[in-house]
Amino acid sequence: MSLLRQAGLHVRAVARVNFVNLLAVFFLLNIVALSRPAQAMDIKTVKSASGIEAWLVEEHSVPLVALRFAFTGGSSQDPADKAGVSNFLSAMLDEGAGDLKSAEFQERMEDIAMRMSYEDSRDTFYGSVETLSANRPQAMELLKLALTKPRFDDDAIERIRGQLKASIVYASRDPDRVAGNAWYAAAFPNHPYGKPKDGTLETISSITRDDLEAYRSRIFARENLKVVAVGDIDADALAKLLDEVFGDLPQKAKLNSVSDVAPPKKGSLIVTEMDVPQSVAVFGLGGLKRKDPDFMSAFVLNHIIGGGGFASKLMEEVREKRGLAYSVYSYLSPMDHSAIFLGSVATKNEAIAESLDVIRAELKKMLETGPTEEDLKNAKDYLTGSYALRFDSNAKIASQLLGIMVEDMGIDYVNTRNAQIEAVTLEDIKQAAKRFLDLNDLIVTVVGKPAGLAPRG
Amino acid sequence: MRILASCRFPLLVSSLVTALMLATTLSATSAHAAPRANEFKLANGMQVVVIEDKRAPVVTHMVWYRVGAADEPRGESGIAHFLEHLMFKSTDKIAVGEFSKIVARLGGQDNAFTSQDTTAYFQRVAKDRLAKVMSMEADRMVNLRLTDNEVLTERNVILEERRSRVDNNPSAILSEQMDATLYYSHPYAIPVIGWEHEIARLDREDALNFYKHYYAPNNAILVVSGDVGVDEVRKLAEETYGKIPSNPEVGANRLRPVEPPQLAARELVLTDPRAGKASFHRYYLAPSYVKAQKGEAESLDVLVRILANGSTSRLYKSLVVDKKIASSAGGWYHGDGLDSGKVALYAIAADGSDLDQVEAEIDRVIADVAKNGVTEDELRRAKMGLTADYVYESDNQSNMARRYGWGLVVGQSIEDIEEWPAAIERVTAADVQKAAQKSLDIRQSVSGRLLPEADNDPGTSNKRASATASPRG
Repeated sequence: MSLLRQAGLHVRAVARVNFVNLLAVFFLLNIVALSRPAQAMDIKTVKSASGIEAWLVEEHSVPLVALRFAFTGGSSQDPADKAGVSNFLSAMLDEGAGDLKSAEFQERMEDIAMRMSYEDSRDTFYGSVETLSANRPQAMELLKLALTKPRFDDDAIERIRGQLKASIVYASRDPDRVAGNAWYAAAFPNHPYGKPKDGTLETISSITRDDLEAYRSRIFARENLKVVAVGDIDADALAKLLDEVFGDLPQKAKLNSVSDVAPPKKGSLIVTEMDVPQSVAVFGLGGLKRKDPDFMSAFVLNHIIGGGGFASKLMEEVREKRGLAYSVYSYLSPMDHSAIFLGSVATKNEAIAESLDVIRAELKKMLETGPTEEDLKNAKDYLTGSYALRFDSNAKIASQLLGIMVEDMGIDYVNTRNAQIEAVTLEDIKQAAKRFLDLNDLIVTVVGKPAGLAPRG
Repeated sequence: MRILASCRFPLLVSSLVTALMLATTLSATSAHAAPRANEFKLANGMQVVVIEDKRAPVVTHMVWYRVGAADEPRGESGIAHFLEHLMFKSTDKIAVGEFSKIVARLGGQDNAFTSQDTTAYFQRVAKDRLAKVMSMEADRMVNLRLTDNEVLTERNVILEERRSRVDNNPSAILSEQMDATLYYSHPYAIPVIGWEHEIARLDREDALNFYKHYYAPNNAILVVSGDVGVDEVRKLAEETYGKIPSNPEVGANRLRPVEPPQLAARELVLTDPRAGKASFHRYYLAPSYVKAQKGEAESLDVLVRILANGSTSRLYKSLVVDKKIASSAGGWYHGDGLDSGKVALYAIAADGSDLDQVEAEIDRVIADVAKNGVTEDELRRAKMGLTADYVYESDNQSNMARRYGWGLVVGQSIEDIEEWPAAIERVTAADVQKAAQKSLDIRQSVSGRLLPEADNDPGTSNKRASATASPRG
């Protein structure tokens, strides 16, 4: 008890200092006048004594540090009968660690104005920490505890379980989520990618403390760790920090092997009835993997089809000309063991069939005649010209660089990426389109009460 | 869950579109010694604010109009937001639908949003493209052209937007019904996106009338943040916006109906099979920053942080951690309104608990704060959290443009905005307790229940959705 009180006093004292630091930050922000063109951004590689590598962009004008990291893993590493373990874990890492129970841990984070969050994708488990540089030691201590000694107390597990179950119930009523899950289930039957990433009510109910700990100890390892730091920290300090925070993790992860997979080469239309006025449709195909030589061409093609907002064909045809939807878009999603091209549209039940017809016609046109020289030039102008917009804050730089690391594109990617886009020709795009844009394979899932939709394929 | 602002393009779809649409509650900033923003006025009355951030060679350019959904003529709900969409059609210089395409060809991103109090347009571009987007934005301030056909097609888009945002989502329906009940007289009762039956009747003439009256330089604020200096912005603004005559018809005072005294708590029940889980919601009418007594809104920010923000909050600890009657609980304070603010609280019932228990516990927690106040630890953490949010947000130039634009458009000064952290620091535990006693007044509140299936209340059974209102004692 007295120890706790002492800890409390200590924290209070620290916090007072921190408030002064916060005001200093305002002041510094007011007078910064450093120039940092994205093109000239200096990305360093830092290696710790124990061999952990990280990328670093120093920015000492503002006393903040943004740390982003990722472990290869994600929901595809969930045990076969326990979908949702990875997502469950991502919600548990600020629920107490070491000697600090949930509330104590969270109050410590608040005392030092630290931000920490986790999320998972199908292939990756992501972490994000932001701290004032003055509080970096305390923040890193908490981060290390979270990663290496999470408590997984019973009451915290039950509390988070309740929240996850509620969110699954909500998702099961959300047409967007239902259509998305139905699409993945149809595209990847009998594969981890086909399971609902966040689990089901049944699997979430069955997950135990041992499952969380087993996942953590298998996945959190140094060899499958990627780290980026941006802000007020230098290479030496970062090297030490890497060993302090991540050095106690095992060297090797114990990843289950995940088989490579492609969506079936057979189109389908799956309708899930829901009593809503507007139907949501998700449509997609197999795509190209990130390191495929045609990926950049496909990326530019997708921008023209449905990735470019109001400059895209789908937006033009579905929304601007016909007023059929507020939102229509497509994207390429390369994964570690597959790749997809996916899109979505939402239109009132009576007209969803027309929206899907318009989309099919546009996709067909893109395959058969392809974009024009002007389409290609416009796409390149946007994609190359807007790249700098992704690097105008510390937090955005950190996220961008971590993405490049996770996709294993190399530290020079920031400098070569625009040239790769400029090099794409119409011929390249036609070639890429032939590789994936086969409408016979289109898998469409619709949620709502759609009128006039006949199953195909 | 809430529609604060409604915008032209769904931001959730694309990482390329980086702007945040739903504004934060902050209207914040730094110690007054060193103003972060510079301000001046053009001869025609247009206000200009420049926030320098030279870390990257990029600028954010925004124009904020002092008009929003709450300024709409009666029966024409949704016209402010509809016009926002139509602003992307054409002028003599810009062909139909070309505005965003030109910005994209410049390597830029653009969008717009509408709230109850403002309509704002923005572009993010490399700094050497600033002059071009300024001339385009100035052009459409007065030269918009619309055809009936364009207007009718876009009206369908907006009806689809309403279906996506509201009609497909029972939480959004309840929120809309609660707002409509929170205000007896003030137009904040009406959703920003508009009522469906009124949107369905809006036409070209409605849009142009609204446009011609409100879109003028003396009713607008230009905000530029990023790698640009004041002198350059002044020069460019004079060459573009500076050429547009002011409109003497649009007044400086934005007079709207004033709420009468609110003397009766209201309760709504929405039963909808799509609801999934039973949840409880409460809105309180509260003062906004620009209408509050000095320090009052800051105290509300601190109060709601302590009461309802995150897992260390009073509501979460009591309902979720200790009593286990809710799976989650939280809330927020909107203090950025021109005429008033709102405190919103919510809890999702845990399996096996009912909403009567949940509501009673929320009321007990509030009564406890009103009677016994908050601890010094809570006060310190809440202030730290609010101020830290400000610091982290300041890393992002779009957030900066938004913070200043939003503050100024509802009538704050740059000093008000930049003095905010110091004002938060001055809040005492006694101030917080007083805010709980004064602003969390059940007579000025609406309680809403969202039920997945009809309970035994005969008034709430309905095939799809029903809402009932009754005063409570």
